[in-house]
Amino acid sequence: MSTPLILLILAIIAIVCYVVGTRHALAIAGGVSSRLHSRPGYYGTFVAICAVLPAAIILAAWLVVSPFYVNSTILGGFPEDVKARSTAEQGLAFGMVSSLARGMDVLTLEEIDSIGADAVALRGALGAKGVPLAGDPEPYMVESAGDLNAMNKISNRLMTALVLIVALIGAGFSYTRISHRFRARNRVEKVILGTLVVASSIAIITTIGIVLSMLTEAGHFFGRVPAWEFFFGTVWDPRFAAAGASASEGQFGLIPLLLGTLYIGLVAMLVAVPVGLFSAIYMSEYASPRLRSVAKPLLEVLAGIPTIVYGFFALTTVGPFLRDLSSSINGIATGDFANFIQAQSVLTAGFVMGIMLIPYVSSLSDDIITAVPRALRDGSLGLGATKSETIKKVVMPAALPGVVGALLMTASRAIGETMIVVLAAGVAARMQLNPFEPMTTVTVKIVSQLTGDLEFTSPQTLVAFALGITLFVITLCLNIYALFIVRKYREQYE
Amino acid sequence: MNMLSEAAVEKALDKKMNEVAYKMIGKDVSVYYGEKRALFDVNLNVRENTVTALIGPSGCGKSTFLRTLNRMNDTIEGCRVTGKITLDTDDIYDKEIDVVELRARVGMVFQKPNPFPKSIYENIAYGPRIHGLARGKAEMDAIVEASLQRAGLWAEVKDRLHEGGTGLSGGQQQRLCIARAVAVSPEVILMDEPCSALDPIATAKVEELIHELRANYTIVIVTHSMQQAARVSQRTAMFHLGQLVEENDTDKMFTNPDDQRTQDYIMGRFG
Repeated sequence: MSTPLILLILAIIAIVCYVVGTRHALAIAGGVSSRLHSRPGYYGTFVAICAVLPAAIILAAWLVVSPFYVNSTILGGFPEDVKARSTAEQGLAFGMVSSLARGMDVLTLEEIDSIGADAVALRGALGAKGVPLAGDPEPYMVESAGDLNAMNKISNRLMTALVLIVALIGAGFSYTRISHRFRARNRVEKVILGTLVVASSIAIITTIGIVLSMLTEAGHFFGRVPAWEFFFGTVWDPRFAAAGASASEGQFGLIPLLLGTLYIGLVAMLVAVPVGLFSAIYMSEYASPRLRSVAKPLLEVLAGIPTIVYGFFALTTVGPFLRDLSSSINGIATGDFANFIQAQSVLTAGFVMGIMLIPYVSSLSDDIITAVPRALRDGSLGLGATKSETIKKVVMPAALPGVVGALLMTASRAIGETMIVVLAAGVAARMQLNPFEPMTTVTVKIVSQLTGDLEFTSPQTLVAFALGITLFVITLCLNIYALFIVRKYREQYE
Repeated sequence: MNMLSEAAVEKALDKKMNEVAYKMIGKDVSVYYGEKRALFDVNLNVRENTVTALIGPSGCGKSTFLRTLNRMNDTIEGCRVTGKITLDTDDIYDKEIDVVELRARVGMVFQKPNPFPKSIYENIAYGPRIHGLARGKAEMDAIVEASLQRAGLWAEVKDRLHEGGTGLSGGQQQRLCIARAVAVSPEVILMDEPCSALDPIATAKVEELIHELRANYTIVIVTHSMQQAARVSQRTAMFHLGQLVEENDTDKMFTNPDDQRTQDYIMGRFG
């Protein structure tokens, strides 16, 4: 039976179990549900869970494990001369076998008979049915394919039987346990709790997995390039990974990239912080509820725009505008119409990134400013302070720690931002302080080192993981510090 | 002759009674929150250097009336006030009146102690600073000390003026808020259930303070506790369902009120 069909049957079993369990519980209580420990529905749910959950777990485990077993058996059955070949070739052979096996399901029995042992004819016949083969199959492959199909069939039957039997046993067992005092509700809640725990651990385990995989790859990199050359090197010149060339030819200095990242982030924050903060103050203190209900979502829509769109905006509008503007200014001032702002520059990328960050700053700060207790405002107004005095001297100081936390979180976004800088900052890894010249960032270099045809064992690509883990650590530290500050601030009013 | 002079004395007393100095006069004051009417044509006068207590069951409008006296209702969205309220001779709802200036003359102490998250010194100095009451640090120090003295807090905090005001106990915080209000030299101090968040000992201290402040300030206090009204006030006004039921000397109010509803409320039959 196919897996979807089994799942469907399990679902039907679950529904039946629920109905039967509920009825049985009611019948035991003589139709008076208050005599039961739990509501009748809980008994039904309990029976359904007992029937389906173990069966589903077995199904999942079987689906994961059985291919390994079947495949290794088939590989073991290959002729000795095939086994003597390299693992890659054995893999290819196995690929052919599984395509064949799939193809033989498509053919009818008569067709197989008529082809017989003619491997070349088999390829033609399969091609006609829409199953392409990479090469002419060897005779042992046809045999192995037959074995594979047979084993899969047996495995599938065993699995179906086992799953259905377990489901029925679970249903029967739990059905007999239903009684007045049986605490079905507590059991069901335990299962729900388990589901929640599993769901929340998935995210955490994935994060750990990501970090570990980056660490391993970064470890490979540091095996070839000394860590101090990476962290303190001032030249970024990775060269190309030429096949056969000795591995660590380029120079992998992090400093120019880090400087570019921080510089562009700084420009972005210079744009985003004042604009975002002022708009937050306006929204939380002055705007009428009607205006606020329109303007705030509108501002937050900005946060939903994909950053690549900001990248376009920077590339096609802001960059050329700044370039032309600089050339006009230069022309008016000196008569020489040379542009002193490049189209791709720190300024362009930082400015557009700043626009992107405005909604984060304003939305987070708005929440924090609104959370300052009304009593404080009243206290200040009651002393005869004006609204702006109250905001400046009472509300903002009270909100400051939270706002700083929000700004740190925003800064970590600025550092990790990729698409805008890829399009607007340029790719030149330089150490300089002129905001009108292009610079590049850590994220841009990760993208450029990992795109295109590349070999995954050269330091030229592995450096991307070292960059990634560096970036990860920086933003992680910023976020943790921000959370720490925000939490400390929350305690003040509790 | 004797009789005559007695009558004259009585007449003089009467006259004195009639010549009571009113600090604030409320005439036909009504308040609306949006469509809902919260106060109905209240006529209530506040006597100078007197503690006036506003009592009544929850939601009767006593806090609303209090907040009309320094226009704190202005900060509430959709709130509208009609009628006339004067402070001395100034109509406080007149367009010419600067609400900021008004609130400096009519200070307010709130239900929950709300010190700013600043030092004790800065809490007191806040008001004088925004109104420019002090020239130089020495004068500010003097204002801070005098205000804390008046609030009976000086001895307790004089060694830690530059520590946070939020670190004080609840009762101390409330007295700090009173000191803060006193620091801008108001003429009237409004208190909105100032002791409802305090324990009995802190309450006693604040009540004692109210007694002393009466010499220099006119005080209007909203309270839920009738014992408190009886202890601290000379005049009491009873509100019910947005209307002023009765306003009288506190002694008379609690022994022989004119209105049956006041009697019932004081006896605890409702509220």
